Amino acid sequence: MNSTPDVPDVQAVAASSGVSSSKLYETFIEVIRKTSTELPQDVIDCIEAGKKTEEKDSRGAYAMGIITQNIGLAKVKSQPLCQDTGSILFYIHYPSHLDAEVISETARQAVAEATKKGYLRQNSVDSLTGKNNGTNVGPGSPTLHLEPWKKSHFDIRLMLKGGGCENVGAQYSLPDTRIGAGRDISGVKKCILDAVQQAQGKGCGPGVLGVTIGGDRATGYLSSKEQLLRKMNDTNPNPELAKLEKECTDAANELGIGPMGFGGKTTLMGTKVNALNRLPASFFVSISYMCWAYRRQGAEISADGTIQKWLY
Amino acid sequence: MIQLQAPFTEDKIRALKTGDMVEITGVVFTGRDAVHKWIHDGNEPPVSLKDGIIYHCGPVVVKQEGKWVVTAAGPTTSIREEPYQAGIIEKYGLRAVIGKGGMGEKTRLACAKFGCVYLHAVGGAAQVLAEAIKEVETVYGLEQFGSPEAIWQLRVEKFPVVVTIDAHGRSLHKEIEASSSEKLAEIFSTIKK
Ligand code: SF4
Repeated sequence: MNSTPDVPDVQAVAASSGVSSSKLYETFIEVIRKTSTELPQDVIDCIEAGKKTEEKDSRGAYAMGIITQNIGLAKVKSQPLCQDTGSILFYIHYPSHLDAEVISETARQAVAEATKKGYLRQNSVDSLTGKNNGTNVGPGSPTLHLEPWKKSHFDIRLMLKGGGCENVGAQYSLPDTRIGAGRDISGVKKCILDAVQQAQGKGCGPGVLGVTIGGDRATGYLSSKEQLLRKMNDTNPNPELAKLEKECTDAANELGIGPMGFGGKTTLMGTKVNALNRLPASFFVSISYMCWAYRRQGAEISADGTIQKWLY
Repeated sequence: MIQLQAPFTEDKIRALKTGDMVEITGVVFTGRDAVHKWIHDGNEPPVSLKDGIIYHCGPVVVKQEGKWVVTAAGPTTSIREEPYQAGIIEKYGLRAVIGKGGMGEKTRLACAKFGCVYLHAVGGAAQVLAEAIKEVETVYGLEQFGSPEAIWQLRVEKFPVVVTIDAHGRSLHKEIEASSSEKLAEIFSTIKK
């Protein structure tokens, strides 16, 4: 049933294109379900490792215990891990001979259906009227990043990013006199650590940072979120950035903020940094904070819409 | 682990200290933005909040076989209620506020003066916290405020929280903010130009 006039009927749209969209539609819903209810294993491993570093009977261990319990329960019950099912961010590569518009409409329709099924909360509000149409579909929601490629399959990734952690993201324009950060790697490091200190427990830490050095303001933030598509245990191919990532995570964990800001050793589980070119006149450091409920998933999907393998 | 059981008397609340890990058993009322503003605007709450606990939460509640069941119940950010909370603590004798992210100076001072605490639940733990809710006793203002904003009267058992603002003027948020800020300054001084 299609109750929203804004969302065209998938089958009708598909009829005129080469995409077997009913299959793809089911696949989108499954990607959403899995993303919302199960954390990827690389993230679970980091949470488990963090839990072990907290002292026995401490508040940090207590919070991490509740977090791991929650991860298990959500999976078993197939219920959202966190009730804030977040901004819906899709990153899609698709075979270039397919119709991008159909793929987009299929994704939107799947979001509306996944909301009806309860995998997503009714979480998208008209910024002017405050109205919620209950579908999660509207201007900017879901956010769809589509790129054609020469391969014959889809690569569809989804990130659900909650409001609490999005609110503590930060963008610095260097030089920054408040924190004494200049236009160099040391300055970037100061920005990253300052952002963690400012966030305290408000982003539902322990968190993970996606950071972009350079770019303009918009591409900087965009690219910082894409860093969060990297696996927790990967190594940055650029040795200078790899070093920066490790140093920032280690230093942040000395701040003593701990899980939920209760105090403790696990403040940050990882830092992922990339660099874009910039104008000589600008030097931005854009930081996206991801909460422990780090919901991202993805799949390799054949052109007919069948899931071939999960990516995380 | 400290067990905090109803009735939530002033003595029991004053005995809690910042940093204590607590499990609550008894009745809590949900209340978020709409309800706080509405009470602040001079409307009488539909329930007695005397010696009561308010939970900053917009739960997901569904009807199963004629009964309300909570399927997700994590805390929402508390600081949005900062303009209203102190007044409600004073006027209605609230004993505890559950939420996430901590609250500000006005609330900290009201907690000390009137014998109230701020209890931090684990953000995002929607499923664990829903499991601790054993029964939806009733709901107020469902039509007026809508489901997430309504006042849900919930019976909870061993609902896990940490005391982050106590009734003696201490705030864990303030303390950790200060200590982490000091540590940050120390780290900054070692970062080479
Ligand atoms: S920040 Fe993350 S864990 Fe916390 S409430 Fe938001 S989505 Fe949930």
